[in-house]
Amino acid sequence: MNTIIKVKNISKSYSRGLLALDNVSLKVNQGKVLVIMGPSGSGKSTLIRTFNGLETFDAGEIDILGIKINSNYDERRIQKIRKRVGMVFQQFNLFPHLSILDNITLAPLNVQKRTRIDAEEFGMYLLNQMGISMHAGKYPSQLSGGEQQRVAIARALALKPELLLFDEPTSALDPERINEVLDVMRKLAQDGMTMVVVTHEINFAKDVSDQILFMDSGKVIETSTPDIFFSNAKHERSRKFLNQLDK
Amino acid sequence: MKGDKIIFFQIIIILLLICLFGFLINNLIINLIRTDLGFNFSWLLKPASFALAEHALPYSPSDSYAWALLIGWLNSLKVIFVSLFLSTILGIIIGLSRTGNNVLLKIISSFYITIIRQTPLLLQLMFWYFVGFLGLKNNFINFTNLLKINNQGIEFLGLSLTSEFSALIIGLSVFTSAFIAEVIRGGIISVPKGQWESFRSLGLSERNGLIRVIIPQALPAIIPGLTSQYLNLAKNSTLAIAIGYSDIYAINDTIINQTGRAIECFIILLLTFLILNLLITNLMETINKFINKKNFLY
Ligand SMILES: Nc1ncnc2c1ncn2[C@@H]1O[C@H](COP(=O)(O)OP(=O)(O)O)[C@@H](O)[C@H]1O
Ligand SMILES: [Mg+2]
Repeated sequence: MNTIIKVKNISKSYSRGLLALDNVSLKVNQGKVLVIMGPSGSGKSTLIRTFNGLETFDAGEIDILGIKINSNYDERRIQKIRKRVGMVFQQFNLFPHLSILDNITLAPLNVQKRTRIDAEEFGMYLLNQMGISMHAGKYPSQLSGGEQQRVAIARALALKPELLLFDEPTSALDPERINEVLDVMRKLAQDGMTMVVVTHEINFAKDVSDQILFMDSGKVIETSTPDIFFSNAKHERSRKFLNQLDK
Repeated sequence: MKGDKIIFFQIIIILLLICLFGFLINNLIINLIRTDLGFNFSWLLKPASFALAEHALPYSPSDSYAWALLIGWLNSLKVIFVSLFLSTILGIIIGLSRTGNNVLLKIISSFYITIIRQTPLLLQLMFWYFVGFLGLKNNFINFTNLLKINNQGIEFLGLSLTSEFSALIIGLSVFTSAFIAEVIRGGIISVPKGQWESFRSLGLSERNGLIRVIIPQALPAIIPGLTSQYLNLAKNSTLAIAIGYSDIYAINDTIINQTGRAIECFIILLLTFLILNLLITNLMETINKFINKKNFLY
């Protein structure tokens, strides 16, 4: 089994004192889905953002696709990682001044230096996969939240990434729009994409994930398979959290 | 009821304005009668009989006042447009340094902005002229005849600039650039943080992201601020008189002293500045519309 992510004892504090990440370690193998859960402020976003260098950390080491980074911010290595790792955000963060298709082709054209014909053809293929090819010429603000998030996923896929990161991809959506995004993610997982997903969607976590990582106050409280985590969580704090989610 | 009240106040304000205008015009007529001049522009065709150190077109003291004014205008336009160009370039560099990641550049640029914005422009012009140029030795910089800087001015690739002109464009450009830098910074920080994270996570370089993602979204916020800085620059250029550069204002001043035609001269000055500023405003609005059409079909 190929290891895609190997995190060894990383710690981070934004300001002196409080630790946003406290000695976190984890591993994700190729084709696996890791779901990260935990209360708000527990460090989930901070953790997932260290994987592609959006956040620095103070100690420890991360190995992504064989590229090692540590507390010394190494721009060249991080750039290498970013070209092979896609990310999807809670607020979609589409480029409002570019059409849907231009949003998707921006990176292939500028990072991979592909030809426009090539990039647009692949962009249309991705939009088709997401079921939104009819919106290719529109602008982000003309789309619903669910459609925008699917565009964001297509944009992340445009560089043919080997790993996808999702930070609460459905938290900003209307409830009736959540499933259209989760369905797309389910399909990606089935097709063998390696994924790390921060989410509160229990059903998605149960069905799709291979591993659940539960965090609190910057610490990994437990790492379990979904079967164990949802029926018989090892840790008191995990059970408390799940109880609150159910309500 | 409320509408009636508003109309009532508007009528009062209009009446007050009419009274004020009447008073000013009355004053003007009394002054014109007293100085025995009358209101006319025929003197414009008489010889100016003063020399000008700087002229973009041929000029001699036997040319008319009208021609001297035109020369003054060309001198002003030269300063305004060169400074406009230089201050924009400088402002962009400083504004970007201020928002960038490099700590040293950040400190230097905020120091620059603070110092420049807190000192009067007149003082800065004096500094560039008297300390910057007149204080130089005869042979301050002489770079294989390509670039010469000394107390006579600047010589660059065969282009020779007087010390007055050089001091004026440097002073105006440096002063305006500090304000433009703040306009640029304001525009850039108006773009949500998520946009930076988005382009970074796609592997775009900082430079590419700035050009293709951040600047296009910052421009609608930047253009209006830039316009007002350009208008200020045009108006500030009249401080040229302080260091003896013959811009339109300085030449106007000389003509008033010679002919006593203060009213006509001020009318000419006002109208020409009005036209210039309307031109700048319109140009910037056209640019703004173009940008909006191109990028923001929300
Ligand atoms: N930019 C920041 N500056 C200072 N503190 C931050 C910043 N971002 C997050 N934090 C703090 O770090 C902790 C973890 O935040 P975060 O990773 O966003 O948690 P989560 O995503 O689990 O809600 C919180 O206490 C939060 O207040
Ligand atoms: Mg978060």
